[in-house]
Amino acid sequence: MASMDVKRFSHGSRVPGWDDSVDLSKDPQEVPDPATTPVPAELRATIEAHIAKYPDRRSAAIPALAAAQELHGWCSPEAFIQVACVMRLTPAYLIAVASFYDMLDTRPLGHKRVYVCTNISCSLRGGRKLLAELSEAIGDDPDVQVRGFECLGACDIAPMASIDGVFVGPIEDGEVAELAQQVRDGADPLPAKQLLKRPSADPHANTRAPQEGTE
Amino acid sequence: MSTQQPLIFSEIDEPGLNTIDVYKRRGGYGERLRKALTMPPEALVEELKASGLRGRGGAGFSMGMKASFIPKGAMDKYLVCNADESEPGTFKDRELMQKIPHLLIEGMIIAAYAAGANRAFIFIRGEYVQQADILDAAVAEAYDAGLLGENILGNNFDLSLAVHRGAGAYICGEETGLLDSLEGKRGNPRLKPPFPANQGLYQGPTLINNVETLATVPLIVEMGGAEYAKIGAEGSTGTKLISISGNVQRPGNYEIELGMSSRDIIYGLAGGPGEGREIKLWFPGGSSSPVLTKDDLDLPYDFNTLAKAGSMLGSGAIIVVDDTNSVVDVCLWLAEFYRHESCGKCTPCREGTNWTVKMLERIQSGLATPMDLDIMASVQEQIIGNCLCVLGDAMAMPVGSMVAKFRDEFEAHIEAARAANLETVGDEPAPELALLQGAVL
Repeated sequence: MASMDVKRFSHGSRVPGWDDSVDLSKDPQEVPDPATTPVPAELRATIEAHIAKYPDRRSAAIPALAAAQELHGWCSPEAFIQVACVMRLTPAYLIAVASFYDMLDTRPLGHKRVYVCTNISCSLRGGRKLLAELSEAIGDDPDVQVRGFECLGACDIAPMASIDGVFVGPIEDGEVAELAQQVRDGADPLPAKQLLKRPSADPHANTRAPQEGTE
Repeated sequence: MSTQQPLIFSEIDEPGLNTIDVYKRRGGYGERLRKALTMPPEALVEELKASGLRGRGGAGFSMGMKASFIPKGAMDKYLVCNADESEPGTFKDRELMQKIPHLLIEGMIIAAYAAGANRAFIFIRGEYVQQADILDAAVAEAYDAGLLGENILGNNFDLSLAVHRGAGAYICGEETGLLDSLEGKRGNPRLKPPFPANQGLYQGPTLINNVETLATVPLIVEMGGAEYAKIGAEGSTGTKLISISGNVQRPGNYEIELGMSSRDIIYGLAGGPGEGREIKLWFPGGSSSPVLTKDDLDLPYDFNTLAKAGSMLGSGAIIVVDDTNSVVDVCLWLAEFYRHESCGKCTPCREGTNWTVKMLERIQSGLATPMDLDIMASVQEQIIGNCLCVLGDAMAMPVGSMVAKFRDEFEAHIEAARAANLETVGDEPAPELALLQGAVL
C-alpha cells in the first residue's frame, strides 16, 4: 500500500530524523476524553448512525473516517482524535486502519479528489497520457489532488477519471483543458461524458429504448 | 451470436428501473419472492444446487454448495455481498447495481433466507460513490415497503441490510480481506480454514457471494433450478455478464450464454480491435488470468474450457491487447498494480511483486539480460500457492504466461533497449549467473 515518503541516503538507509514527529518519550495517546474533546455535532451524529448499523462498533471505522475526511479535507490528527472520541477507540487504531486504504489521506493532498485510472484497460487507451496532461493542466493547486489510481471499474469508458466520485469518460485529448477548469471551479465535470448517462453496450439488452452510445 | 434472451440485462435501460415502483411493475418482489420465502430453506438450497450456478466473482465455486456449508441451528449468521469489484477489467456489477439495484436486494433476501442469516451487508468499493448512493436509496425503499426489517411478507423472517462503503483497496475483494475490512480493520486476508461458511464475519457463519451471483438467484427461483441449468454449457450453466475492454471498438458489458465462442464475443459483440490491427493477447477473466493469444480465439467461453486451456474465466472480464502494444509495457503495468495492492502480510507476494517490477524496469531500461527472464519466471513460480490469498498468484500467473508465450518479444526488447541505452548500460558484457545470485564472488 502507499507508504510515507521516508528520506533515504542513496545507499538506502534512512536519513536520521525521518521519524522526528514521533516523540518516543511520551506515552501513546489514549482514547480521547469526551469532556475535553470538542467534536462537531453533525460529525458525531453521522458516526453514531454508522455505528448503529453494525453489531460491533469498530466496523464503522472506515465510514467514520470517510465522514471526518469530508469535514476536514483529510484525515488530520484532529480528525483522528474526533473519530476516536466518538468511537471510543485509540487514535493509533484508526491511523493504522486509515493508512491501509488509498482513499483515506493521512497527509493533506487536497480535498478535491481527481483519480485517473492507470490500469491496463485504461492504459491501453491512453490513461497514462491523460494523467500526465490532466496533472499539468490543473497545475499546482493545494485544493486539488490528481492521482493515478487502481482500476476504477469503468474500463468501458477508458480513458476515464473520477472527479470526487463522478465518473467521466472517455476523455478525449481536446477535453483535458475544459475538465481541468471544471475541477478548479467545482463545476459539474463534462456533463455529456458522465457514466450514469451511458446506456448499455449490449445490443440485446434493450428492445424498447433507442440504442445509442454503443459506438 | 447466442439466441439466449438476456435475463439480467433485459430492458436494463428502462427509465426508473432503479426505483421500487418500476421494479415491482416488472414482477420484482412478487410471486417469486413469496414462493421462495414459503419454501423450506433446505429446498431452496437444493434448487440453487440444481441450477448449477457457479459464483460470478472469480473463483467459480457452486453457489448452492457454498450455501449448504452454512451450519444449521440458531446462531448469528451473516450474508455478505461482495461488491468490491476491484479486479481490473471488471465493471459488470457496477452497471447492475446502478441500473437494477432491487434485483440484488431481492436476491439477497432469498439467499439470506436460504442460509438462515438475519443480517446482511453489501460491501461496495469506495470508488463507486454514485452506485452506493443508488443502493442506499434502494435499501431505504425496500425497508419502507416492508421487504427488509422484521417479519418480511408475514413469513416470520427478519433481515437487516446495510450498505458498507470501502475505501480503496484491491485486496478487499478477497473474501477474508473483505471480512476484516468490514470488521473495521486493515483488509488483510485470513488463514483458511476455517472458511467463512464456518467462521466468517464476527466469527459467525457467513455466506459471501458476488453481486451478479446474488442477482441471479431471483431468476433461478422464478424459472426453477432445472430449467436454469438448461441454459449455457455443461458445467457452466446460465448466462454471464462479461465486461470487454481494452483495444476493442465497442467496450462494455454484454450478457452471454456461457459456451459462446470467444471470437464471437470479441469480434461479434465488441467489434474487435481497430481497423488493420490484430489481437496480440487477451485476458479471458480479468487481469489476474493467464493470457491467451489469437490462436485461442475459437475456444468456447465457459469455466471448464478456459481452465483446460490453462487460463480461467474468473470474473468474466475480457481485456484485449492489440499488436500496437509492447508486451513488456503490459507486463509492467500489471506488475506495478499488484505491487501497489499487495497488503504486505505474506512475504512471497510482498517481495515477489516488488522484485518483478524492478526486473521489468531493468528490461525497459536495457539493464537486463535474457537470463533475467528466467529469474523472473522462477520468482513467479515461488509466489504461486505460497501465500494466504491469491493476490500474488494473480500477478504471477499472467506475468509467467506472458514471459512463456512472448519470450521472443521480451528478448528482442532487452536487446533493443540495451542498444538504445549504451551510455547507462555500458558495453561491458552481462555478469555471470552465479555473480548475480550472490552465490560466488
